[in-house]
Order: sequence, then structure tokens, then C-alpha cells
Amino acid sequence: MIGIEHYLTVGAILFVLGVLGIFLNRKNVIVILMAVELILLSVNLNLVAFSAFMQDLVGQVFAMLVLTVAAAEAAIGLAILVIYFRTRGSIAVDDINRMKG
Amino acid sequence: MIQAIAFYFFATIVVASAVMVVMARNPVHSVLWLIMAFFNAAGLMVLVGAEFIAMLLVIVYVGAVAVLFLFVVMMLDIDFAAMRAGLSRNAPLGLLIAAVLLAELLLAVGAYNAGGLSLGTPDGSAVQAADTSNIEALGALLYGRYIVLFEIAGIILLVAMIGAIVLTFQPPKPGARARQDVGKQIRRRPEDATVMKNPEIGQGVEL
Repeated sequence: MIGIEHYLTVGAILFVLGVLGIFLNRKNVIVILMAVELILLSVNLNLVAFSAFMQDLVGQVFAMLVLTVAAAEAAIGLAILVIYFRTRGSIAVDDINRMKG
Repeated sequence: MIQAIAFYFFATIVVASAVMVVMARNPVHSVLWLIMAFFNAAGLMVLVGAEFIAMLLVIVYVGAVAVLFLFVVMMLDIDFAAMRAGLSRNAPLGLLIAAVLLAELLLAVGAYNAGGLSLGTPDGSAVQAADTSNIEALGALLYGRYIVLFEIAGIILLVAMIGAIVLTFQPPKPGARARQDVGKQIRRRPEDATVMKNPEIGQGVEL
């Protein structure tokens, strides 16, 4: 029988894979952005699973808002990536130290 | 039974695709695996009756975000082989953190299974009525009680759109590109632009 735990486990594995992706591809911003999308997908999966489990649709409304923010984040992130590539000719994260932060 | 089969099918493929997103050598392949992952996550959501979110996931992610990623990956001329140079150096730390995270998350699920903390029950004000579809109930909620959140989401999208355009817009440099001179175009007569030639047969025309 499939229960909430199964969904939470899939969500957990997806989340961990997203975090792992950020660590493994430290140089490639595009793959890091994709890993962030994976993390947000796992969050959405958890929200929808809890929404079904609690018989409460608010979780799905919230998942929709997370989806909106994820799309906005991808658009802005890729735009920043494009202008960064335009000025520096590379997207290596290690080189991003101009602001000395 | 069929639900369990479907669940394990979707769950296996979504996890496998996520692994491939992270491990693929070519970012284009990563994007394609990401699309696969989103499709199967949408399948998982359909299984619990959240079909509207599932369709939204396919439309927004596969239709917009993944295409955007693909567009950027193909537009930027990057040597991706050089980017993977540090992979083996970062792998032990990354795997360690991933293992700790996964253990924690599974511990949370296991502890919940042993009898979860009681944080109260939902007040039942957002229960989907039995005779309405998922989209109907979600729409009533979204355009009713959560109308402000809905409009804020719209504003976020507007800001993201304007932000992306402003960031990537390149104003034409003065003199760098041929500008249109309307007066010059209008002053141009057919007599100035065309000539009649009557070449000999077999001879070329010199212009």
C-alpha cells in the first residue's frame, strides 16, 4: 500500500540529489540552476503529497506559488548568466570574485 | 495494486532521471533528463489526484523553463569538458553531505511512522467537495480566499519578465549598425537605381 511515507521518501531522495548536484557541478552554473529546479520539484512533490494526505487543497495552492517563484527564478538566473557570459566570456563559478565578497 | 505499480514506476524513473541530470556530461542531456524527471513527477502528482498541479508542471516546466534552459545552454559557447574538471575533487564532500541529508530526511519519515507529533488537524475549510473536480475546487480557492496571493504571484512573474528583458537588452551602439534613413529612402528614384543594358549574346555585363 502506498502511503504518505513513500511520497516523502521520493521527495527526500530528489532533494538530496539536488543538493548533491550543486556540490558535484560546482563549476557549471547551468547545472547548478537545474539542481535548484530539482530541489523545488521535490518541495512541490511534498506539498502535493501532504495536500492529498490532509485532504486540504491549500497545499496545492502553495505548490502553485512555489512553481511561479521557481519559473521567475529560472528566468532571472539565466538572464544574469547570459549577461555574465557576455561580459566575461565564461560561466565558471570559481572565477566569480569581482565583488570580493 | 495498479496504483502501487504506477507509483514505483514513476518514482524509479524520476529518481533515475534526477541522477542523470546531476551526472550527465553534456548539459543538453541534463536538460532533457530534467524534462523526463518533471514528466514523471507530474505522474506522481496525478496519482494522488492533483491533476491540475501536474498539468501545470508539464506546461510550465517542460514548455517554458526547460526550453529556456535548452536555449541558454545552446546559445552560450562553453567548453563543458573543462567545467567538469573539479568533479572528483568535490565528490567526497558532496556525497558525505548528501548521505547525511538523506539519513536525516528518512529518519524524519521513520519517526513520523512510529507515531507522529500531533500538531492539530486541518480545520477542514479547504476540503475538496466530493462532487467537484480538482481544478474546480482549486480555482474556487485560488480566486476566492487566496486572491491576494494569486495577484502577488502575477506581480512576481511580471517583475521577473521585465527584469530578464532589462538585464539582457543591448541598446544598439551609435554608429555600430546601419541606421535607417527614411528621407534618403524616399528620395531615391528608379532612374538613380536602375540602368538598362543591352549586352551582346555571350558577353557578360559590366556594372
